[in-house]
Amino acid sequence: MSAIARIETVRQPVLEMRHISKTFGPIRALHDVSLTVHAGELHALMGENGAGKSTLMKVLSGAYRPDPGGEILIDGMPAATGDPIKARAAGIAVIYQELSLAPNLSVAQNIFLGNEPRRFGIVDREQCNRRASDIIARLGVTFSARTPVTNLSLGERQLVEIARALSTNARIIVMDEPTTSLTSRETDRLFEVIATLKSQGIAIIYISHRMEEVYQLADRVSVLRDSGYVGTLDRADLNASRLVSMMVGRDLSTFYKKDHRPPDSKRAVALSVRGMSNGNLIKNCSFDLHKGEVLALAGLVGSGRTELARLIFGADRHISGTLELGGKPISIGSPSEALDAGIAYLTEDRKQLGLFLDMSISDNISMGVLARDAKAGGLRDFAAAEKRAAKAMSDLSIRTSSVQANAGSLSGGNQQKVLLARLLETEPQVVILDEPTRGVDVGAKSEIYRLIDNLAKKGIAILMISSELPEVIGIADRVLVMRDGTIAGEVTASEGEPLRQEAIMELATGAAQ
Amino acid sequence: MTDKVADTMKADDRALGRSTRWRTAIAALGMLPILILLAVGFQFINPRFFTQTNLLIVMQQSSINIVLAAGMTFVILTGGIDLSVGSILAASAMVAVMVSLVPDWGLLGVPAAILVGLGFGVINGLLIAYIKLPPFIVTLGSLTAVRGVARLLGQDTTVFNSDLPFDFIGNGSLFGVPWLVIIALAVVVLSWLVLKRTVLGTWIYAVGGNAEAARLTGIKVPLVLLFVYGVSGLLAGLGGAMSAARLYAANGLQLGQSYELDAIAAVILGGTSFVGGVGSIWGTLIGGLIIAVLSNGLILAGVSDIWQYIIKGLVIIVAVALDRYRLQAGART
Repeated sequence: MSAIARIETVRQPVLEMRHISKTFGPIRALHDVSLTVHAGELHALMGENGAGKSTLMKVLSGAYRPDPGGEILIDGMPAATGDPIKARAAGIAVIYQELSLAPNLSVAQNIFLGNEPRRFGIVDREQCNRRASDIIARLGVTFSARTPVTNLSLGERQLVEIARALSTNARIIVMDEPTTSLTSRETDRLFEVIATLKSQGIAIIYISHRMEEVYQLADRVSVLRDSGYVGTLDRADLNASRLVSMMVGRDLSTFYKKDHRPPDSKRAVALSVRGMSNGNLIKNCSFDLHKGEVLALAGLVGSGRTELARLIFGADRHISGTLELGGKPISIGSPSEALDAGIAYLTEDRKQLGLFLDMSISDNISMGVLARDAKAGGLRDFAAAEKRAAKAMSDLSIRTSSVQANAGSLSGGNQQKVLLARLLETEPQVVILDEPTRGVDVGAKSEIYRLIDNLAKKGIAILMISSELPEVIGIADRVLVMRDGTIAGEVTASEGEPLRQEAIMELATGAAQ
Repeated sequence: MTDKVADTMKADDRALGRSTRWRTAIAALGMLPILILLAVGFQFINPRFFTQTNLLIVMQQSSINIVLAAGMTFVILTGGIDLSVGSILAASAMVAVMVSLVPDWGLLGVPAAILVGLGFGVINGLLIAYIKLPPFIVTLGSLTAVRGVARLLGQDTTVFNSDLPFDFIGNGSLFGVPWLVIIALAVVVLSWLVLKRTVLGTWIYAVGGNAEAARLTGIKVPLVLLFVYGVSGLLAGLGGAMSAARLYAANGLQLGQSYELDAIAAVILGGTSFVGGVGSIWGTLIGGLIIAVLSNGLILAGVSDIWQYIIKGLVIIVAVALDRYRLQAGART
């Protein structure tokens, strides 16, 4: 053991959470979880949705008071629990997924919102701007403190949130899935900022579902499962199979499922896309999708994958390009025409573009086939809807107390399964899945992989957009890579040699040229 | 261990099921307690309130507003608004009286009024659904324009017909129940049937809940919008016929002024969400009755006209505030 490492071990942790439990009535949300975080460390917190990560962080931020017996130590001193204001004063800041900035105010105003520097009781604009400039300079960013937040990109807004945390002298910053809506460039920038923060001795608790990020960033990783603490891995001990098995409690080898026979090139073409353009980002995209094939559409965020999918599905207008379905030319002007033709699309944004959160699970599942099921006079056939819902619940193992419960009450994974169920009820021949496992826990992920595999076995053609390369390699037969709105190339598996991650990245970034 | 987890999960699920059922029961009750409270209070102030005659008067007075509010419920459920119903009612009433003056064909005044209303509603709907203009702006425009049409129809005079062939609608009864009340209740029941029992009704809730998701699910959103504004116009036309039948007359300038506000108030009092997707026609019925009970009760209590305005406005705000609070409390448990 090196001298530095020995100092690390004796160094006082900045944060210790000891024996934290939290129960809500009969529900046990956390059971005896302990977490130790050092200054200047990035501590990743992983676990399936519902494993207790958010609850633990809410206990940390003071939103919840832990059950008696649990304690939080900051710099070795017991800290008050269940009090957000004291938690903030103690140096704890949480950056949530839903950013909470006022878009019409300037960066400086947002940083000091509710905590404005004053002179004679009046907000001191000058001081506000000056101090904000100092803070954002620490982050090494380019925008000015006077810029209105509405002019900033999502990634820049996130940096403003971090600046806000720094303005309260935060020493422990919690980031909850911070890269979910960032482009790869913004993600890189965030990672640079994270490195800066670490070098300034700030501890970061980083919640993420993305393995690559965790590999890249984490000094240590703690895993929660079923409301309990499973263990902590040091950076040196990190590996995917170990992490996943800690998260799900079983082996990775059964995780990706690829039992369907990869189609040979003679297999019938299900969907043929030629010269698709939207007059903007998407330029002249052509490809064939075969029956029973899982074709992945890879590429960086912003490369136009979703835009291309939406053109094919008729959600947006194309200005040129043709489609052939099963060898016959078709014209698609709207999603309802696409669905009638047998093309279905799963959105990447299930809350904004997918679900009807205030409607029942049963209605959500049947929404696409209501007219098909209708009785005379356009009356609803509720029995048919119930039957479809019950079948979907068992086929996709959707976990809920009742199909009459609102879709909004479900967890992310179950919501995704409800959307998949709705899509399958339309009996499509071609299925476009846009990030089918985004924001979904590991257990539901493997179930979705199994479902995709089963669909391919039935001869359904699947086009899957995914930003997770392990997933692309794990389940796709062939990969199309997009860059700057065109199809940059294709990666295929040859005899005995699997799809290569490097080949995909080279095409996606343009490094191959 | 896993068994225990599964068991607690099942117990949680059951508890969840119970609490959601309880919550939906409360939500279904909605503003009914407030209506009852108001009625009991007015009875306390003036014992004439709970007489058969007076209750029939209340219902009769609320009938036109309930018909308008039923149409407004369709619109607000999609997240829209229809400000033009008062003006459409005036224009339709003008048409109803004018057609009633045609010898032998006077009865056609009723369908003529309804068709005129439907026509205006469809124009609103086309502009909103296909030109994609904001509903507030479109119907604000038609509020003014249709009012002008109503005045133009009678050369800005009041049209009369003391021998109205369909006056029974406004002043007759069936088994002691005024026709106005029967029509209003029929409209409510029909609306319920459409909203809760038909595919179209589910689509309306879906469009209000998440219009973009509805489109991606293959629902023809423009048709749904066209339908709801058409219905709102049609029911405003029916309201015009009812109003004409009651008064034997119509005036393009005065009739139906600010009726849209009462209709919106009834819908909101009924617990329908202003952003769409959540609400019920029964709530609207109760909301309409609350407004009518307030007007009637305040008159019986001898409150001056000016104070009636103030009290009515405040009651609407307080009632909706209470409702918010109740729903939040429900969400917290």
